[in-house]
Amino acid sequence: MTRRSLSAACAATAVIWGGATFAEISPADIVWEDEIAIPASLSGTPGDPVAGAVTVSSRSAGNCLSCHQNTAMPEHDFQGNIGPSLDGSGARWSEAELRGIVANAKRVFPESMMPVFYNDNPEDYIRPGEAYTARAYNPETFSTLLTAQQVEDVVAYLMTLTDW
Amino acid sequence: AMLSSTAFADPHPDAELIIEGELHIATRAEPPEHLGGVLPEIYSGWLFRTDETRELQMDDFDNPGMLFAERGEDRWELAEGTANQSCADCHGDVESMAGVRAVMPKVNENGELWSMQNYINNCRTERMGADAWGWNSEPMKDVTSLISLQSRGMPVAVKIDGEAAEFWEKGREMYYTRFGQLELSCANCHEDNWGRMIRADHLSQGMSNGFPTYRLKNASIVPLHQRFRGCIRDTRGESFAEGSQEFRELELYVSSRGLGLPVEGISVRQ
Ligand code: HEC
Ligand code: HEC
Ligand code: HEC
Repeated sequence: MTRRSLSAACAATAVIWGGATFAEISPADIVWEDEIAIPASLSGTPGDPVAGAVTVSSRSAGNCLSCHQNTAMPEHDFQGNIGPSLDGSGARWSEAELRGIVANAKRVFPESMMPVFYNDNPEDYIRPGEAYTARAYNPETFSTLLTAQQVEDVVAYLMTLTDW
Repeated sequence: AMLSSTAFADPHPDAELIIEGELHIATRAEPPEHLGGVLPEIYSGWLFRTDETRELQMDDFDNPGMLFAERGEDRWELAEGTANQSCADCHGDVESMAGVRAVMPKVNENGELWSMQNYINNCRTERMGADAWGWNSEPMKDVTSLISLQSRGMPVAVKIDGEAAEFWEKGREMYYTRFGQLELSCANCHEDNWGRMIRADHLSQGMSNGFPTYRLKNASIVPLHQRFRGCIRDTRGESFAEGSQEFRELELYVSSRGLGLPVEGISVRQ
């Protein structure tokens, strides 16, 4: 076991819920494989592709369509074209790789314009703000852009995009 | 919806900005040398807007920004302050301000980098004995619109060497800094992705020659620093204040990317 994964195993927060135990993995404790993939679920709960589709399209959540087109969502006008189309992502990438891309795209594509959706450390940013207020961030409330479960849901949705 | 990416790409290929059928304003120019080839040609933001928005700027009667300049004419004549003087008392006809907008921001005699607003407020507080106007206040919008209009059609000609060089360098560094939780720099959007769509927005090269701008969305004049604030806000970042040293430096650098593009006086944007 590497030092990284050992500390990850120790630090994973145990959440007791309805009798079952889920281990939610915090951003600092992610265990990477081959530098670009995250094999383990971040939330411990399987992703829901229907919820994932909402996160992908919603401006206040993933807002992925601001940069990506996705022909599976023709009902959403104004899809951006900064990044490649999401069509076929589920065929091009494994689930672990998609988790890596959604959680921390800059690790997979160095210098990418794609934001890091799963990092809650304000010190990694230059002048982080409080959401879209233009004011300084609040250390009490600063959080990841997507929750662990939202990342899982988005990955589950992307896995359904196999046509391209 | 048709989602062909080429359909959205690029500025309008051949639209010409001609105001009132006679004043021809170039919207394309050779890029300044200091850009080192990162842009093949420089374009006014006007070329990236819809037909409807572009047309509003081609007729002064339709351009809602002109109402601000008209009010500015009254303010130009209004005596105020302990000196009971107006801008006109010292500067005469506002046409004497032709060319001023094209060289702003510029270094003043004390070596500070000042935007037009700073020069105006200096006249108000030091020469007229009147209150300073807020950066985004109505009177400031009115008078900066009026003064900018006097330079309409004159190429942006900010000075970036000599005393201005250190400010320009800092502005340049800011332009490439990835701000906020989304870690986006000005260059990410306006240098690497102009012509593309970011959701419903068609990205321009982020040129400043059109400012002050009448923005339909705000139904008001938007000063350049307010636009900067909006763009940093959209990175989920903490903005600098309008009028701050940082924004004046950024203003100088952004203006210098548009060296050669004519001042549009009061442009119209969506
Ligand atoms: C600000 C722009 C931006 C946003 C927002 C964004 N992405 Fe990306 N994304 C990119 C870019 C650019 C790339 C190409 C990778 C690179 O930088 O080389 C990319 C790559 C990807 C890829 C790999 C595509 C391939 O080549 O198969 C996937 C999958 C992806 N993004 C999913 C998402 C999802 C899901 C979201 C929202 C949760 C999202 N992106 C939000 C810009 C963005
Ligand atoms: C997330 C993308 C994004 C980032 C980052 C960004 N902008 Fe913008 N900017 C836009 C959009 C969208 C518009 C409106 C459409 C257009 O003109 O591009 C805009 C407009 C502008 C305009 C007005 C152009 C005109 O003709 O009216 C200027 C000037 C500008 N930006 C400068 C900047 C500067 C300076 C920075 C860095 C501090 C910056 N932008 C960062 C997206 C961005
Ligand atoms: C008592 C005289 C006086 C009054 C009143 C006055 N100014 Fe000035 N203004 C000057 C002088 C002197 C200068 C510096 C020399 C110059 O550039 O003309 C100046 C400079 C400026 C400049 C910078 C010009 C440049 O090229 O650097 C602007 C802009 C300006 N004034 C606008 C205004 C406005 C707007 C008002 C009214 C709200 C106003 N002034 C009122 C005397 C005055």
